[in-house]
Amino acid sequence: MSGDPLALYVHWPFCVQKCPYCDFNSHVREEVDQAEWREALLADLAHEARLLPGRRLHSIFFGGGTPSLMDPATVAALIDAATGHWPAESDIEITLEANPNSAEARRFDELARAEVNRISLGLQSFDDEALHFLGRAHSASEGLAALDAAQRAVPRVSFDLIYALPGDTRQAWEKSLGRALSLGTEHLSLYQLTIEPGTRFETMVRKGDFTPLGEEESAELFELTQAMTEEAGLPAYEISNHARLGAESRHNRTYWHYHDYAGIGPGAHGRRLGQRTMRHRKPENFLSAVQRNGHGIVEEAPLSPLEAAHEALVMGLRLDEGIEPDALARRIGVEKIVDEEAVARIERLGLLTRDERLRLTRPGKLLLDRVLAEIAA
Amino acid sequence: MTDLSRIRNFSIIAHIDHGKSTLADRLIQLTGGLTEREMKAQVLDNMEIEQERGITIKSQTVRLNWQAADGETYELNLMDTPGHVDFAYEVSRSLAACEGALLVVDAAQGVEAQTLANVYQSIEHDHEIVPVINKIDLPAADPDKVKLEIEEVIGLDAEHAVEASAKTGIGIEEILQAIVDRIPPPTGDREKPLKAMLVDSWYDPYLGVVILVRVQDGVLKRGQQIKFMQAGTQHLVDRVGCFTPKRVELDELGPGEIGFITAQIKEVSQTAVGDTITTVKNPTEKPLPGFKEVQPVVFCGLFPVDAADFEKLRESLYKLRLNDASFSFEMETSAALGFGFRCGFLGLLHLEIIQERLTREYDLDLITTAPSVVYRMDLAHTKNEDAKTIELHNPADMPDVNRIISIEEPWIKATIYTPDEYLGGILKLCQDRRGIQKELTYVGGRAQVVYELPLNEVVFDFYDRLKSISKGYASFDYEQIGYREGDLVKMSILVNEEPVDALSMIVHRGTAEERGRGMCERLKELIPRHLFKIPIQAAIGGKIIARETISAMRKDVTAKCYGGDATRKRKLLEKQKKGKAKMREYGNVSIPQEAFIAALKMGDDN
Repeated sequence: MSGDPLALYVHWPFCVQKCPYCDFNSHVREEVDQAEWREALLADLAHEARLLPGRRLHSIFFGGGTPSLMDPATVAALIDAATGHWPAESDIEITLEANPNSAEARRFDELARAEVNRISLGLQSFDDEALHFLGRAHSASEGLAALDAAQRAVPRVSFDLIYALPGDTRQAWEKSLGRALSLGTEHLSLYQLTIEPGTRFETMVRKGDFTPLGEEESAELFELTQAMTEEAGLPAYEISNHARLGAESRHNRTYWHYHDYAGIGPGAHGRRLGQRTMRHRKPENFLSAVQRNGHGIVEEAPLSPLEAAHEALVMGLRLDEGIEPDALARRIGVEKIVDEEAVARIERLGLLTRDERLRLTRPGKLLLDRVLAEIAA
Repeated sequence: MTDLSRIRNFSIIAHIDHGKSTLADRLIQLTGGLTEREMKAQVLDNMEIEQERGITIKSQTVRLNWQAADGETYELNLMDTPGHVDFAYEVSRSLAACEGALLVVDAAQGVEAQTLANVYQSIEHDHEIVPVINKIDLPAADPDKVKLEIEEVIGLDAEHAVEASAKTGIGIEEILQAIVDRIPPPTGDREKPLKAMLVDSWYDPYLGVVILVRVQDGVLKRGQQIKFMQAGTQHLVDRVGCFTPKRVELDELGPGEIGFITAQIKEVSQTAVGDTITTVKNPTEKPLPGFKEVQPVVFCGLFPVDAADFEKLRESLYKLRLNDASFSFEMETSAALGFGFRCGFLGLLHLEIIQERLTREYDLDLITTAPSVVYRMDLAHTKNEDAKTIELHNPADMPDVNRIISIEEPWIKATIYTPDEYLGGILKLCQDRRGIQKELTYVGGRAQVVYELPLNEVVFDFYDRLKSISKGYASFDYEQIGYREGDLVKMSILVNEEPVDALSMIVHRGTAEERGRGMCERLKELIPRHLFKIPIQAAIGGKIIARETISAMRKDVTAKCYGGDATRKRKLLEKQKKGKAKMREYGNVSIPQEAFIAALKMGDDN
């Protein structure tokens, strides 16, 4: 809503190579004209700023692609411009996703000077063989060195691991996760490998090159993850995100709380004032759209209250804290956000609890998507 | 009108794939019925479903005018007959309208079992049969061997069999000449009162009901007041004509001729296949023999998935019935399925065709309940009611078991022709379905087996299984032979402890357990996993006779979901909700609609 704090997402669409599991909007280009991109992103940002006057900036997130490939000067220029358009809150969170390559790690200090205060590192695994399978360009030792560099450069660091790979065992994951929890970060993103449509992994699975880990085994690893992270004081605050109390990603919580976020750069999505926005995905199309129109939007449309209710539900139930259905329904302007009869039925199965809040239980979290289909109003 | 001596009426007998449709097309082309441009592949099978399934549902007829070697122009009427046992009566009426048949045999594959059954049917009608060895252009063609086979297996003289290739056009003229030379002209008397057979009828949106007729005696003219002798109705003939296959209007149809009439009739149900047509003014004394009222033998409920589609379903059924009088429908209500219709069909294929047409042509999502035959039950008297006999069309209406004195079920006599290598499997199938063997004879490398079978063992998937056991070679024909008492019970299927009335069926006590087990196993495959574990049970009365369990789903969660995923996740959710709306819920279990019929088809293991 118009008085709420605002989150800004900046998408950098370029990668050195495409990972076989990734379905994000990433592109490999021989050369990227940093100056041209700086201008385009600044113009795209200015467009959003004109439409969202009088807001305070709560967070900025540089995602990708590989935003650690951005010229730190571009990062600095965007941060300056954004905080010029919108006054920043004193504890503004500015995150940048980084690949743990040695070359990129050398830029962390420079990024910190640009006021990036949080780095999210795509470590993915501690095992070279697994990194190779995942198509990552870095080794496990390079990853650990980059983590060390990040921790020295910025106050808050998080890293990602991908688990439940084909053939993963309980013992192996227990060891990896134990190691992850010993590295001193206060935030971890632990994703089970998902075979996304349109990825190289999807083709490989179809061709029979490998078989994804089974449902039962994946479920067991998920449960193990919950138990270990809780024990270590970094419980799940979202399906795949774990943090010490207070160290949660503020930016991502904006999505899950379904508050407004401006999204700029190729393929970025935004939600502002009841509208959904989407930018051109292809970098070249984005650039020419910005030159032509002053912004990169390819689609902008209002969301019906029911659509907004569905989105708020889909996002909100991912959080451990769950949602307040009545308050959320009032905020969005729908009569109800869930079908209470279905909620009662699912509650009897022990998959959720319903008092003032609606929260998933631990077994319920593993079945979120199905539960959503059952209870959505 | 053509002189009797220059008329020939014939049908084509062929195994599927042996080139019947191609040959028909070639005959039409050569005699100039259609120009090259107008030829659409396989002209005669014109309904979409007919083309896809490669079967003919309605009789079609084409008049070919051809100048023979003697310089005279002959009128050749080609009758294309329905090709499935469900339409056996229609087939017999079509054959009764002809004097001969072309027997088309593949020059490489030889005589097939299905051909054999049809040949015998044709011979029963005293037809002159002209063998045609088709596909002689194939490298593997062996016409001499096939001729020998025709003589040995069927017992027909094949010395003058025509060698042809419908594909390349070889031998087509020779076929036409053979029709003229060897098939006898029809008999009839122009001076006698009109006597014509109603061969078939269908609804045309422009013409109303079109009736296919074969005139025996007398003349059928436009403007005549005619009478249907069985139905007892009168109509005014407003059009007389034939198909070439284009519709051509004529002044009259004389003895021996096949053609069509329209008579301002709005519903096909007013025209019974096999009825005798005569004039009101000067009626014939005796109707043609062999009339049979076609009665539905298989019943099932059809319910709209979306209750709002009920009226649309009613309208669609009404429209379909305009063109197909052999199925019936009446309204039915079910506790779980809401409002729908109890429909009667000639057989399971007929049921599937109607169901498919409703889905495809009328865009309806339907739930089909377990097919059932008509049972007769003797009920004891109660305090409020006398003893009585009832006919049960719907297992859901099964009366209180304590009141049932006896149950009778319809039986059939089934005749099966098969190459003998498949005989073992077929005998086992018949035995498993409570069959009683009556006859087993060998002709060459083939066997003819006659069984008496309860119809309820046949309606589900007997024909499918027979085809699968015999790799499509066995043929199957049946006639009803009346009712017999049987030890029958109602078997209910419970999903998550709740009975699913659409799946309840009446079965023989001796096979109940096996049927129940099969149903539970198949439902386990057909019902997707849910958030909870689902017991599936088969029960007779309160006794559970089979049980399976679908285990609960363990994991269904998106690992990554951030700002850019909101749209995608919302759309996925909307799609899931839509999909869910297409399923029926029983005891909180969503059952996909295709599961209802699929559950009834018994697998290869049974």
